Amino acid sequence: MAQVLAASPTCQMRVPKHSSVITNKLWSSVVLKQKKQSNKLRGFRVVALQSDNSTINRVETLLNLDAKPYSDRIIAEYIWIGGSGIDLRSKSRTIEKPVEDPSELPKWNYDGSSTGQAPGEDSEVILYPQAIFRDPFRGGNNILVICDTYTPAGEPIPTNKRAKAAEIFSNKKVTEEVPWFGIEQEYTLLQPNVKWPLGWPVGAFPGPQGPYYCGVGADKIWGRDISDAHYKACLYAGINISGTNGEVMPGQWEFQVGPSVGIEAGDHVWCARYLLERITEQAGVVLTLDPKPIEGDWNGAGCHTNYSTKSMRDEGGFEVIKKAILNLSLRHKEHISAYGEGNERRLTGKHETASIDQFSWGVANRGCSIRVGRDTEKKGKGYLEDRRPASNMDPYIVTSLLAETTLLWEPTLEAEALAAQKLSLNV
Amino acid sequence: MSSLSDLVNLNLSDATDKIIAEYIWVGGSGMDMRSKARTLPGPVTDPSQLPKWNYDGSSTGQAPGVDSEVILYPQAIFKDPFRRGNNILVMCDAYTPAGEPISTNKRHAAAKVFSHPDVVAEVPWYGIEQEYTLLQKDVNWPVGWPIGGYPGPQGPYYCGIGADKSFGRDIVDSHYKACIYAGITISGINGEVMPGQWEFQVGPAVGISAADEIWVARYILERITEIAGVVVSFDPKPIPGDWNGAGAHCNYSTKTMREDGGYEIIKKAIDKLGLRHKEHIAAYGEGNERRLTGRHETADINTFLWGVANRGASIRVGRDTEKEGKGYFEDRRPASNMDPYIVTSMIAETTILWNP
Repeated sequence: MAQVLAASPTCQMRVPKHSSVITNKLWSSVVLKQKKQSNKLRGFRVVALQSDNSTINRVETLLNLDAKPYSDRIIAEYIWIGGSGIDLRSKSRTIEKPVEDPSELPKWNYDGSSTGQAPGEDSEVILYPQAIFRDPFRGGNNILVICDTYTPAGEPIPTNKRAKAAEIFSNKKVTEEVPWFGIEQEYTLLQPNVKWPLGWPVGAFPGPQGPYYCGVGADKIWGRDISDAHYKACLYAGINISGTNGEVMPGQWEFQVGPSVGIEAGDHVWCARYLLERITEQAGVVLTLDPKPIEGDWNGAGCHTNYSTKSMRDEGGFEVIKKAILNLSLRHKEHISAYGEGNERRLTGKHETASIDQFSWGVANRGCSIRVGRDTEKKGKGYLEDRRPASNMDPYIVTSLLAETTLLWEPTLEAEALAAQKLSLNV
Repeated sequence: MSSLSDLVNLNLSDATDKIIAEYIWVGGSGMDMRSKARTLPGPVTDPSQLPKWNYDGSSTGQAPGVDSEVILYPQAIFKDPFRRGNNILVMCDAYTPAGEPISTNKRHAAAKVFSHPDVVAEVPWYGIEQEYTLLQKDVNWPVGWPIGGYPGPQGPYYCGIGADKSFGRDIVDSHYKACIYAGITISGINGEVMPGQWEFQVGPAVGISAADEIWVARYILERITEIAGVVVSFDPKPIPGDWNGAGAHCNYSTKTMREDGGYEIIKKAIDKLGLRHKEHIAAYGEGNERRLTGRHETADINTFLWGVANRGASIRVGRDTEKEGKGYFEDRRPASNMDPYIVTSMIAETTILWNP
């Protein structure tokens, strides 16, 4: 058993002996083999001898064991955001019986000094359970728990952005407007070790962008199994995933979460990101949320946030949308600085973005900061799309900032009038 | 439940009523297929129950960046053989926000032809024989061919078996079952004359459904080749020289052709097609002139010729049809990269609605 455990822990997909880099051809042929050999040895790169009654088969069986007939106990995977603000961490514990609500779960703690979130001599950081999802990896009644992080004294630690967002979302002015969010998370898949996008020839580039967006075919789409597995896993978990598509840059994908109300949007996106990185871990590829993974004539990755309030969705909503855009235009710098690290490499004014220094809006215009759909214009009500956030944005920050700027903040009258003129918004 | 394939194959029916709908459309080249997926609250049985959607036309060469939304109208539903369960594939066509079909939308005009009362009354049947070639990825040389060289000359490959004669059967067989599962009227498959080349047939299908089914069958085929790591080509003459091209022969009949005395109707229809040969050829696929040479079981592109059992003709009538005095005929001119909306509606238009 010790021999097996010493083997590569991360690779749960059978990788042929001579390769250490998963090229696209290898990836496809391995996936094909996986589908054919469901009963035979699958998954682990073994150091031990292989045989039909080997240790490997038994590990696989144990992973898929359904413990329900034997025990009421469930496994809860507590998930939190680490010290960089974008790294996800998790560990699991046994809970005596199935739970329905986060309030039934105990608080927990972890070693903050190992995640850059606490000093060694006072290292305990407390986990408060905030949202429950079904665990698609363990099945049964087992769960995933999205948590946020506090000092033992009960203060949110600096990387805890959820606490402040929850405050904003419980403000009466915000709750009565029932803010909806639809978040379009883009991401890029990279080959391990070389950190070059999946499917790209190592040391070279694929043909220019054009054929890849929503494409089909082995020469145009790389990594569909990851996107498809993620889609079903999210639906199983109870995440409000509304769609997926292949993106403009090859090896790049997008999924959408929403419409979600208030703080849920952030919880669902973070859990979806967790599932995605667990899946890429199994597939042996690397996930990146960098907003401009490849310099040059290649699209960046964003996290467009679609937003509406009750008044925007009711009759006459288009006027409310225009007023919201006005407010957003006056706080452009504050929003941009909260919309993700490295966004200046992505918001260049090219590749379907607006330049980072300029605020603009338009109907159906993908080169703007804010885009309003044709449907919304036609019906006189609907929602707006903030195209500025980068793929590595924190959804707690972005969603609550949108609510704050449009519902809780008011500009001075002069500033408002000036901005209205500049943007030709007759509000 | 621990590996990627378990998740991809997850049966969601126990966990939720929600389904995934993959919306499919034809992109800016008129031949590239695109798709993206969305979640719906429950199973659907009819396209009218599906919402319209939109996509970024500026990323497919179908709209400018400043006015990029193109609207998708759902037109036909098929079961999704990749996601299974209650999940579906939805064939769509594309419109401007104002409701006008965009220039690459060939379905709209075809639908008009097929809803004309004279055409409806004739119940036009189509059987389309889609040929295609499988290419090795990165080198774009046919599957099974030695890189930098050629296999032995044509002869042993048509419907052949054996590792030295048949290349890519797994793709063809899985495509066959996937199409049956999806609800496509796939009627057969065979290995073709050029090694690495295959054919499947869809039909008999009535009116516009023939073309919807061909497009979805093409989509399923390219999804399968994507999984297998090979490239599918619909080019009408992938390898110049003494190698067959790839066509999409279109078998056609109307109610009166299928009834007693139908053979006379067939002959009249063929005459009309002969008078519009140039118009049809122009609409039968890009690059067809490289394929219709008069050799390799084709008729020369500039000649209109018909005959019984004659594979060197533009139109072939089967011996059965001649003997029984009724039946159907085969238009052998369309290239493998033809748009079935154009070809099927044009044949119906010329033979039923047009008069010289």
